[in-house]
Amino acid sequence: MHGYANPARFLRIARWLTPVLLLSGLLITAGTMVYGLFLAPAERLQGETVRILFIHVPTVWLGMAGWSTIAISSLMELVWRHPLAALAARGAAVPGALFTALGLATGSIWGRPAWGTWWVWDGRLTSFLVLLFLYLGYIALAGAVSREGGSSRIPAIFGLVGAINIPIIHYSVLWWNSLHQPPSIGMGNSSMSPEFLWGLGAGVLGFSLLFGAVVLMRMRALLAEIQAEARLRRKALEA
Amino acid sequence: MREALNQWNFVIAAYAVTIIGTLAMVGWSWLSMRRAERQREKARGR
Repeated sequence: MHGYANPARFLRIARWLTPVLLLSGLLITAGTMVYGLFLAPAERLQGETVRILFIHVPTVWLGMAGWSTIAISSLMELVWRHPLAALAARGAAVPGALFTALGLATGSIWGRPAWGTWWVWDGRLTSFLVLLFLYLGYIALAGAVSREGGSSRIPAIFGLVGAINIPIIHYSVLWWNSLHQPPSIGMGNSSMSPEFLWGLGAGVLGFSLLFGAVVLMRMRALLAEIQAEARLRRKALEA
Repeated sequence: MREALNQWNFVIAAYAVTIIGTLAMVGWSWLSMRRAERQREKARGR
């Protein structure tokens, strides 16, 4: 893993990987949306609103995957002092927060016709709202530490502690009575019909590729800012 | 009396929110990256 710790090597890989992830992500996501809107059949019980699930499930998945990225990167920073780990964590924060907000918004829009309400304070929805607040706290904390020149270990510890919410979100529908349905997809089995399952799989893949592209772009921006600042400081000292 | 809900209105709203949010994030990240990398090149050239 430390083989990729060299910023020059990271940039060499990121320069060709970013457009590959971005273009393939845009293509697959657009294809999923066309399928979800125009080609997928309406469902027997949910009717047309089932089409929302082709975008709701991937955004919720990426909200949770985003914080998992922050937690793993934070662990790598704290334990192995990987030099790019803090950049990876900060790079995942904004797209993770956006997908969490989109997951909440699309879930709420789906809930109105399906459940008859925009919102209920049940375990799944509340723990997912807490995830959005955790993201906002992490973004504010990491930004303040970067501006004020504090230790990057502080947001890393926050990122690790916040990971406790991920299993709570996952198991909330099993632990507490909830309007939200239990998982439809398990390890090696699914209660969904193939036309929905394949569409969901494509949606998760497309949005995940876009997420990867955005994380790389944000990491490259943060790295460039650090390098420009270091160079200007060095020149100021030399002058 | 039950209100009549057109399910397509909800479908279109959910897709619109997702498309606008995702494209805004991708565009903003791309522009931020390009701007930061241009500033790094400028700092190298000084």
